[in-house]
Amino acid sequence: MYDVLIPKAYFVKLLENLAAMVEEQKDYLTHLDAQIGDSDHGVNLSIGFREVMKKLPDLVAQDVDIATLLKKSGMSLLSRVGGASGPLYGSLFMKLGAPVAGKNEVTFAELCEMIKSGIDAVVSRGKAELGDKTMVDALLPARDALFAGMEEGLKPLDVMEKAVAAAEAGRDSVVDKVAKKGRAMRLGERAIGHVDPGTASSCLFLRVFTDTLKEFV
Amino acid sequence: MRRLVNDPYQIVEEMLEGYCAAFKDKVELIGEMKRVVVSKKAPIKDKVGIIVGGGSGHEPLFLGYVGDGFADAAVIGNINTSPSPEPCYEAVKAVDAGKGCVYLYGNYAGDVLNFDMGAEMAADDGIRVETVLVTDDVISAENVEDRRGIAGDFFVFKAAAAKAELGGDIDEVVAAAKKCNANCATMGVAMGAADHPNTGTVMFEMEEGDMEIGMGIHGEPGVKREKARPMDEVVDEILDVLIPELKLKEGDEVYVLANSLGATPLMDLMVGFRRVAEVLGEKGIKIYKTLAGPYASTMNMPGFSFTLLKLDDELKELMDYPTDAPYFVQK
Repeated sequence: MYDVLIPKAYFVKLLENLAAMVEEQKDYLTHLDAQIGDSDHGVNLSIGFREVMKKLPDLVAQDVDIATLLKKSGMSLLSRVGGASGPLYGSLFMKLGAPVAGKNEVTFAELCEMIKSGIDAVVSRGKAELGDKTMVDALLPARDALFAGMEEGLKPLDVMEKAVAAAEAGRDSVVDKVAKKGRAMRLGERAIGHVDPGTASSCLFLRVFTDTLKEFV
Repeated sequence: MRRLVNDPYQIVEEMLEGYCAAFKDKVELIGEMKRVVVSKKAPIKDKVGIIVGGGSGHEPLFLGYVGDGFADAAVIGNINTSPSPEPCYEAVKAVDAGKGCVYLYGNYAGDVLNFDMGAEMAADDGIRVETVLVTDDVISAENVEDRRGIAGDFFVFKAAAAKAELGGDIDEVVAAAKKCNANCATMGVAMGAADHPNTGTVMFEMEEGDMEIGMGIHGEPGVKREKARPMDEVVDEILDVLIPELKLKEGDEVYVLANSLGATPLMDLMVGFRRVAEVLGEKGIKIYKTLAGPYASTMNMPGFSFTLLKLDDELKELMDYPTDAPYFVQK
């Protein structure tokens, strides 16, 4: 069941869908950031994904492998987004392809390894821990849910849904916490009651990974 | 929004293009992404390279202080957002004269991530890059190393640049900058939000007639929001934080920076400074020199901060070192 093949077209579509989602959710993410940060999360992701979209046609024309496609897109995010989300989301995409270098299609099990590789890169770059009220609070539970879902023998799409649910639960679990990293850290108790913008965007990203997969498996 | 923009996605590029055209005798724009403002004199033989930077929207902060006797380069990010690693690295390549470089910037998670990656890239080329984080915003955190850098950037950049000009090696430049940072304290107040050109609206909501004590220069919420009070009361509250923070006592000397976030007029800064001078005078604390104006702004935000720098002979020498940058000329 987990050896179902996912073509490169999935990843191209994924990037397109992520860019479209960011444009749609830009104001929502920026609004969240205005509450406990510096009101630019949506704007900066939009600047980054516009660059990803600019580079995408060439990468498709050159017929690069999945890992290269994702790495180059991650480098666009790294160079254009700036702030903390540039290096963090940049690292995520740059490392997504690491387990599948040279391949043009991957199994579902490999897709899960890819997501794990990307999430682990965010954790090692950002050095945040669970409970710090950062994107890690959404991403780590999602990573673990992927593998737990496969252990349980869920269908691939259900594995993905389980990961999204875990990310959303993680996001909600830190709403009532103070932040220990990032700009919101300095707010102390005033961060309590607010959704962390990084956890929110991470949930939205995973939702797009999942919804895009429906067209391919 | 009461601003005129072209394409908001190009606003930083257009600003940098305009700035480097306006001051073309002193600076130029370099790098693949054109995000590094570099002094035309850099690299300067046998001098440690001084690189400052951060998000845009704080002008003249960063780019305005690139010039003779001041920074060699400024790395510019999107609005309120740190620059990415590549321009941080390009700045090192442009100004390093074989003596290494020092990155100086306000302490924000994003800036640290990106500048550190720039320093890693430079290290691969065998260039030593050291970092000094500015942490003058007293109210932003209990622990000094968790605090943000705001208007005090100006003094810390100045100290490092002068030390490098005076022939200090990289360790001496770092030590001078750290000493300046340790003796520098700032506290700010805002009465409203700046307009963000990308969203076309205010960065956050604030009721008319309110003020936020301790607000950061990106509009980060401060410690408390309350009804606006007379200037003297607010200045007293600021000094009640800054004076004990620096352990100032009778006979000490300070440099004062009265900084506008953009929309607070010089009139109001002077009213506030008058009270600063009065209170310090009563305590026998001497004011060595004063600067007043928008030195680290937040576009058109109504608000201001006061910075005190506790001086000794070394810091005086560094502050007085001649400078000819587009936004800070001193003979």
